[in-house]
Amino acid sequence: MSAYPPMYFKNRLYYVLLAAGGLIALAGLYAVYMMEHHGHIITGMNNQIVWGIPHVFAIFLIVAASGVLNVASIGSVFGKAVYKARAPLAGLLSIAMLAGGLTVLMLDLGRPDRIIIAATNYNITSVFAWNIVLYSGMFTLVAIYLWTMMERRMNPWNKPAGFTVFAWRFILTTGTGLIFAFLTARQAYGSALLPPMFIVLSFAWGLAVFLVAQAALYAWNEKELDPAILQRTKNLLGVFVIGSLYMVTAYHMTNLYFAHLSGFERFILLDGGIYPNLFWWGYFLLGNLLPLALIYWPGPCRAPCVLAASLLVILGAFMLLYVFIIGGQAYPLDIFPGHEVSSSFGDGQIAAYHPSLLEFLLGFGGLAIAFIITITGMRVFNFMPQDKPHIAD
Amino acid sequence: MKLFASLLLCLCIPAAWAAGTNAPKPDIGKGGQCVEDVQWMRKNHMHLLKHQRDEALRKGARDEKLSLKNCIECHASTRDDSVIARDDSFCVACHRYEAVKIDCFECHSGKRKSAWSQRNAK
Amino acid sequence: MSDIDLYRRTFLKTSLGAAAVAIAPGMLLFDTAHGKPQPASGKVRWGMLIDTTQCKSGCDDCVTACNRENGLSGATSATDSQWIRKIEIKDISSGRELSLPMMCQHCEHPPCVDVCPTTASFKRADGIVLVDKHRCIGCRYCMMACPYKARSFVHEPLHDQNPDVPRGKGTVEACTLCVHRIDQGLQPACAEACPNQAILFGDLNDTDSEISKKIRSVASVQIRANLGLNTGIRYRGL
Repeated sequence: MSAYPPMYFKNRLYYVLLAAGGLIALAGLYAVYMMEHHGHIITGMNNQIVWGIPHVFAIFLIVAASGVLNVASIGSVFGKAVYKARAPLAGLLSIAMLAGGLTVLMLDLGRPDRIIIAATNYNITSVFAWNIVLYSGMFTLVAIYLWTMMERRMNPWNKPAGFTVFAWRFILTTGTGLIFAFLTARQAYGSALLPPMFIVLSFAWGLAVFLVAQAALYAWNEKELDPAILQRTKNLLGVFVIGSLYMVTAYHMTNLYFAHLSGFERFILLDGGIYPNLFWWGYFLLGNLLPLALIYWPGPCRAPCVLAASLLVILGAFMLLYVFIIGGQAYPLDIFPGHEVSSSFGDGQIAAYHPSLLEFLLGFGGLAIAFIITITGMRVFNFMPQDKPHIAD
Repeated sequence: MKLFASLLLCLCIPAAWAAGTNAPKPDIGKGGQCVEDVQWMRKNHMHLLKHQRDEALRKGARDEKLSLKNCIECHASTRDDSVIARDDSFCVACHRYEAVKIDCFECHSGKRKSAWSQRNAK
Repeated sequence: MSDIDLYRRTFLKTSLGAAAVAIAPGMLLFDTAHGKPQPASGKVRWGMLIDTTQCKSGCDDCVTACNRENGLSGATSATDSQWIRKIEIKDISSGRELSLPMMCQHCEHPPCVDVCPTTASFKRADGIVLVDKHRCIGCRYCMMACPYKARSFVHEPLHDQNPDVPRGKGTVEACTLCVHRIDQGLQPACAEACPNQAILFGDLNDTDSEISKKIRSVASVQIRANLGLNTGIRYRGL
C-alpha cells in the first residue's frame, strides 16, 4: 500500500486500553443482566418517559457514526487528498460507533432475546423496520468501501463505493430523524425539519468524534499531525457547528411561532427546570459558543485547542439529545387542547425522570464497544492516516 | 454388514438403557387424549400451539380444543393445578430433560383456569 | 287412540318445545362461552360511545372493573400499567368541568400499528387494536406514537395472570376492549361496570345497533379528531 511501515501500537498500551474498554463494556453487560432479570423497573424509565439515557447514547452513536463518514466522503466523492488519507479511519469509526449504538438500542429492549422477530416479521410501514435495513446496509457498504481502499485490485471501485456510502449515509440519518418526525401527536416531534436537522448535526458530531479519535491515535503512536491539516479540519468543524446551530434554531423558531406549541417551547427554553439549563448552558454555551470561540478566536488554535473544541461539541451533543428526547417526553401530551387535565397517569403533569446508574452503565458500555472496535481495528489494519509532506489539492 | 449391525446393536443397548432410566416422568394431571396420540403430540405440540396462537390472537378464531388454556385444563397437576410449578410438572419435566426453554409462561398463566377463577372469585 | 292420549301428546310436544326454547339460549351461551372457531368478522367494527354527561367525577368503577378483569394490580406509580384511567378536564376559558374515562381509542388508522417494527401492534378484522405479545420486542415506539398515552410497558416480572389475559414483563400492553369477553359474546368489563351506563358498547358498522342509532341522533366527538385516526371510541358531551 505505501512505503510507510504498518501502523503499530505499543503492545502494553494496547492491552491497557483494551482492558479499560473491556471493563466498561463488562459494566454495561452487568447493567443489561440486571435489566433483564428485574425488568425496566430498576431503570429511571417509566410509562411517561419511555425512552431514556440509553436512547441518548444510542442515538448519539448512530448519528455520529453516519456523520464521521463525511470525512471519507470529502475524500472519495470530492477528491480531497487530505481527507482521502483519513477515509479508512473514518470508515472504521463509523462501523465501531454504529455497532456500539445498535448494541445499546438492542439491549435496552424489553425482550432483546426476541430481536430476530424484527427480521422475521417485518412491518413495511415502520420507520424502525426501515432503519434495520439501513443500519445493516450501512455495515455492509462501509465494509465494502474499506475493502476497495485496502485491496489494490478493488481500487477502481473505490469511487462508486464511496458515492454509495455517501448516499446511504444521508438516507440513514434521514431515517433516524424520521423516527421522531413520524410521531404525529407529540409536540416535541412530528416535524419535517428533524431529518435535515439530524443530518447537519451528524456532520458536526461525526467530525468532532473523528478529531478526538485522531488526536488520541496520533498521541498513542507518537506521531505529529501536520498543522495545516489541523487548521483545515478545525475550520470545517466550525462550519458544521454553525450549520447545526442554525438547524436547531430554525426548529425552535418554527415551534415558537405556532401558538399551540408555545407552552412546550416555554418549557424547554425557559421554565422547565433542568431542560432549559441543559439547553442554554450545556448545549448552547458549552456545545456551541465555546467551541466556536476556540476555533475562530484570532491566533492559532493548536492540537489541544482543537481537541477541547471537539470534546465540547460532543458534550453539547449529549445535552441537546437529553433535552430533545427526555424533555420532549417530559412535557405533557396535549390530548385535550384548551383544557386543564389531571389523572392518575400523569396527564397534564410534567413527567419526572431520574436516570439510574444502570442506564449510564449501558450507555457507556456502548461507547466502550465502539472504542474497543476502533483500537483493535487500528491495531490489525494499517488505517493510520498517511499524509504526504506537502498537500496539493 | 454383520459387523455394522452388531455395532448398531451395541450402541442401542446403552441408549435404550439410558432412555429407560433418565426419561422424564411428567405429572400428566387428569390426562387423556383429545387431539392426537401421545407420540404425535410429543413431536408436534409446539407447531399446534404456535399455529393456534396466531389464529386466536390475530384473527380471533378461537379453536377451543387446541387452545393452550384447554391443554392446561386437563394436564395441570391435580395436586397444584399447574403445568409449571414443579420439576415434574407436565411442561417442565420434558422441557428440562430436553433443555428447551419454554417462553409461554412469561405471559400465560400456567394454572388451570377453573382453579384460578375459584381463587380469584372473591 | 283416545282424545286424552292425543291431548297428552300435544301437551308434551308443546311443553318440550317451550322447554327447548327456554334452555336453548343458555345452551348456546354455554357453547359460545368457549369462543368461536370462526375468525373475527371484518363486517363488524366494535366501538364505544361514552356519555361524559353521565360520567361522575371521582367514580372509578370502570377502572376497578378493568383491573379486576385483566389482572392489573391497580397501583398507579409511573411504572404501573393503566389500561383505562379517569381524566378530569376543565375548560381553561369557561371553567366547565368534566370527568371521563380514557383508554385505547381503537383507531381505524392506529399510529401504534404503523410504527411497530415487528407487526406486534395490529388491528383485528373487527377493529380491535391489540398487541401480539409473541412478537413484541419491547421497543416502546408505539408508546411514543400513541396520541392518547393509552399504552403501558410491563416493567417487572408478573405472576398469576388471568388465564384469559396473558401479560408479561418486557412487552407493551393496552386496553384490549376485553377481546376475550367480546369473543364470548359479552360486553367489555368497563361498560358492564359503569353504574350510570355511561359506556355504550356495540357495532359501529351495524346501522341497527343501539350505538349506531345513538351516534346518528346525538352529537358525539372523537378525541383529537384533527389527527384523522377515526377512533372507535366516541365521546358525548365534550
